[in-house]
Amino acid sequence: MRIAGQGRLGDAKSVSFRFDGRQYQGLEGDTLASALLANDIQMMGRSFKYHRPRGALTAGSEEPNALVTIKAGDAREPNMRATVQEIYEGLEAVSQNRFPSLGLDLLSVNDLAAPFFGAGFYYKTFMWPKSFWEKVYEPMIRRAAGLGALSDSADADLYEKAYAFCDLLVIGAGPAGLMAALTAARAGADVILADEDAVMGGRLLAEVEDIDGQPGHDWAAGVVAELEAMENVRLMTRSSVVGAYDQGTYAVLEKVGHHKARRRDVPLECFWRIVAKQAVLAAGAIERPVAFRNNDRPGIMTAGAVRAYLNRWGVAPGKCMTVFANNDDAHRTARDLVQAGVHVAALIDSRHDGPTSDLFPVIRGAQVCNASGRKRLESITLRTAGGEEKIQTDCLAMSGGWNPSVHLTCHQNGRPVWRDDIAGFVPLPGAVTGLHVAGACNGAFSTANCLREGMEAAKTALDALGRKPRSFDLPTAEDGTYRISPLWAVPGKGRAWLDFQNDVTVKDVKQAAVENFRSVEHMKRYTTQGMATDQGKNSNVAALAVLADVTGRGISETGTTTFRPPYSPVAIAAMGAGGAEKGFAPERFTTSHRASVERGAPMIEAGLWYRPSYFPKPGETTWRQSCDREVNMVRQSVGICDVSTLGKIDIQGPDADKLLDFAYTNMFSTLKVGKVRYGLMLREDGYVMDDGTTARMGENHFVMTTTTAAAGQVMQHLEFITQVLRPEWDVRFTSVTEQWAQFAVAGPQSRDLLNGLLDEPIDGESWPFMSCGAVTLMGVQGRLFRISFSGEHAYELAVPARYGDALFRELVARAEALGGGPYGMEALNVLRIEKGLITHSEIHGRTTAFDIGMQGMVSKKKHCLGKPMSEREGLMEADRERMVGLKPIGPVQEIVAGAHLFTKGDPAERVYDQGYVTSVGFSPTLGHMIGLGFLKNGPERMGEQIRLVDHLRGIDAVCEVVDPVFFDVDGGRVRG
Amino acid sequence: MAELIAKSACDGLLPLSIGSVTVTEEVPEHLTGLAPFKGQAEALSAAMQATHGAAFPAPNRATGKAGSRAVWFGREMALLVGPAPDATLARHAALTDQSDAWAVARVEGDKAEDVLARLVPLDLRPEVFKRGHAARTQLQHLTVSINRLNDGAFQIMAFRSMAATLVHDLKTAMEAVAARG
Repeated sequence: MRIAGQGRLGDAKSVSFRFDGRQYQGLEGDTLASALLANDIQMMGRSFKYHRPRGALTAGSEEPNALVTIKAGDAREPNMRATVQEIYEGLEAVSQNRFPSLGLDLLSVNDLAAPFFGAGFYYKTFMWPKSFWEKVYEPMIRRAAGLGALSDSADADLYEKAYAFCDLLVIGAGPAGLMAALTAARAGADVILADEDAVMGGRLLAEVEDIDGQPGHDWAAGVVAELEAMENVRLMTRSSVVGAYDQGTYAVLEKVGHHKARRRDVPLECFWRIVAKQAVLAAGAIERPVAFRNNDRPGIMTAGAVRAYLNRWGVAPGKCMTVFANNDDAHRTARDLVQAGVHVAALIDSRHDGPTSDLFPVIRGAQVCNASGRKRLESITLRTAGGEEKIQTDCLAMSGGWNPSVHLTCHQNGRPVWRDDIAGFVPLPGAVTGLHVAGACNGAFSTANCLREGMEAAKTALDALGRKPRSFDLPTAEDGTYRISPLWAVPGKGRAWLDFQNDVTVKDVKQAAVENFRSVEHMKRYTTQGMATDQGKNSNVAALAVLADVTGRGISETGTTTFRPPYSPVAIAAMGAGGAEKGFAPERFTTSHRASVERGAPMIEAGLWYRPSYFPKPGETTWRQSCDREVNMVRQSVGICDVSTLGKIDIQGPDADKLLDFAYTNMFSTLKVGKVRYGLMLREDGYVMDDGTTARMGENHFVMTTTTAAAGQVMQHLEFITQVLRPEWDVRFTSVTEQWAQFAVAGPQSRDLLNGLLDEPIDGESWPFMSCGAVTLMGVQGRLFRISFSGEHAYELAVPARYGDALFRELVARAEALGGGPYGMEALNVLRIEKGLITHSEIHGRTTAFDIGMQGMVSKKKHCLGKPMSEREGLMEADRERMVGLKPIGPVQEIVAGAHLFTKGDPAERVYDQGYVTSVGFSPTLGHMIGLGFLKNGPERMGEQIRLVDHLRGIDAVCEVVDPVFFDVDGGRVRG
Repeated sequence: MAELIAKSACDGLLPLSIGSVTVTEEVPEHLTGLAPFKGQAEALSAAMQATHGAAFPAPNRATGKAGSRAVWFGREMALLVGPAPDATLARHAALTDQSDAWAVARVEGDKAEDVLARLVPLDLRPEVFKRGHAARTQLQHLTVSINRLNDGAFQIMAFRSMAATLVHDLKTAMEAVAARG
């Protein structure tokens, strides 16, 4: 019920929203919880396990009960806290964990069966029969127990992530945080002030008290206005600091779009990484409930929450209020209610020496031991020395004291310290380097102390930053002492709730101790206390206090469980922001990409690169038709293929040849200028890493090529050699992969094509096989390499990348005029398999030079990286799986990569495995499929019939073991 | 005979202007990698200063002025941006033509820092990343070079093949910043 003249929303606009299908009115600035309470709705959810009716317990982000789902379809968001969710015109919220409706929930029968559902119930009950757990019990339990449900469709909202840097990050904008920010900002430091609320001020927004003679919330607004006007301050509202990481890095979740109607162009949330030289934690404290029978009834909430609803939002959560507390602070609740004209039936103080009042009746030395009213509180039962009595009430404000929000100080393994005088844990000083703690989260509960600690923390931070604070006086404020006498649980029968969100009671914790789960970490896991989305913010301390009591230890000795990030829930989508769709990985496009796509070529990914698979021609209905045509084209006329994706490394310096001799297994120092040589590289462990050609462009100048896949790895390898192993060598290298667009021109007519293009024609004498050099074509400086990956008379022509698009089109046009054209990866693959040339399908990281038949390339005359390890016993044994060619000879003509090889007559079982197939293709040149694979003793088994089996695809074929070179064995064509 | 038409790295991708931020392509005449040989760093720097008015830059710095700048480009490496390298430099360093290897974008506007804050994990505040500062870092998943030019704008260089992704990432961040208003 809204009380006229109360609250701090001013002349806020009326806002209409829907809850469970019904329309309500609220005010701008309301949370969903305050607006529902203003409409006299107490019940907002059902509990996790027992489906008990629940209302808002708190007025903040720690809320365990009032969880709702907002929006619908792919925008649906479950488990939104009604106490945090701001209302906006058209907001659509529905309650959760109930069927068919919040008022009538069929699964609330769980509550009646509660005696069976205590701690450890699942572990004990659903043990037998074993197979039933996964198939029957678990799905059943999951359906019955749970909170909101996901939409099952991909999240269509926009999220972002961002980085920020500052001198001082202030976490929390209550009196301590504002004072810290103001002190640092006035000293000229770069300050970020982050607060999870939509409005800054913290508890000042919820309390009736003065600072410097003006209402606290007005003072806060004044400070915020001053900070806002300063260039060196960034204010972040709706921003929860959720984690403290190394070197002053903090994770902050900023809610950008939650409080407005959905807009797809505005991010819903932004996940910040803020790096702060210093930080001040002013996170405040969270009030804890007292455990007593049925203390979870809608209408029972924390005393501080009642003040927040009344003073900030002008809402009285009941007409006939009661207060139950063990401390002085809660007396303010009764005072504020009475002053706002709300009836307070009684304040029950568990202490005999609590303060009295002439505004409301105070019953001292009494305890509330029960509550009744199922969907809404109707009465409470008091227990005094004289017996029990009932009081009619529709809202009970309870307070078991305050727990400082120590969470962030524990994210780097710091454990908080127990303080008897406030019956709470406070941070261990220095637990997080550069993080200073101030105010209520440090156990300073009076406003004056908060202001003082805020200023002091900022001064400590300024000192560390090497800045001088500008002196100014602390504002005057309330400076009462916080008196409390611990009360965790009121003894008695029935269920007294500790963890509202996970339905854990005092009895459960006691049961855990009885069953010897005495460690607080074991108790937590056995009972599930503290494991829900609120992470036990409301229940941890009380639960461990109960555990301490039953196990006869002190609270300090019992200790806390581990606080881990995030402080409050973070959507995975926010942490992964920017990673969807094209944000997942960069796309690398060659200069011929556009022309290839224009020709209808399907593009396939090769690492990050996109390469054409084949170039379909009219009338071709399958890729095989295109591929066969392209292979024939290269064998018979001329084909063009973009090979720019291969890594290219420019190597210069007096010791360049030494580097090559060291990196490659074979000799490069003997290579003549203007010549190209094929080389093989080993990893340090002796296995083959990569292969490629290197051209000697000058005495001290080489251009190395790598495979597309290993370009980065080879670069790293060369860095390792020159930085770590041979730092004395004078050699420099840099990647030029991006500088050059390079095209293979392959086929018997390749030279004819080039001679139409080059400014000076070439012939077999000037450009024999494996020669290279500079050329000019159409006035452009380029490089020509006579190398071949197809076995044909072929060249690779390189030009600066700006000309790549034009040159590709020109080459293709000229090839087509000669009966040729472009070819893609499929044809390239068939061409190289026909020639028995390897790719990373063969040098996949587990094969040696010996295995691929290239042991002869490991020079005996010199050392090279990886050579000693490659000579290990076992890496050169004859019965290793070694490379062979395969040709189908039986009725089944299909062979597939990934298939395994078996000796004829052996069963096709693992223990009989003889090898495997790495590359296959249909050879239009030979008219049948061909393959490369690895076979034990392979080269000694030429001509043997071998069984090829692919269990996954159901293929069982007979192959002949043949030489890996299927075509033009003597290499006559390549020399052309 | 026909002519080979040159295309810039961001051909068809830039310019782009969203909200108060503008991205344009820059096409420096030449980009040359300069890697000094052993013991030649000082001689190279002197030669650079004499011929191009830009000394060899210290790590994370750039030297020279618009039209002739040397940008730190990694361990013992600089990129000469603008002029064709004087032949004398080759006595002291490996020179590598990189004119076509990099897409060069200029990012400017009131909220340029806000846009880059969504992509680059570096402190780019003007009092920290000043004019003449340079960094090799990442922009979303791309490895880039970022420089603060003398007029305050940012120059970002990414691999030519990744120009489309560079523009995509910048555009996404620019839209999100603009939508926030």
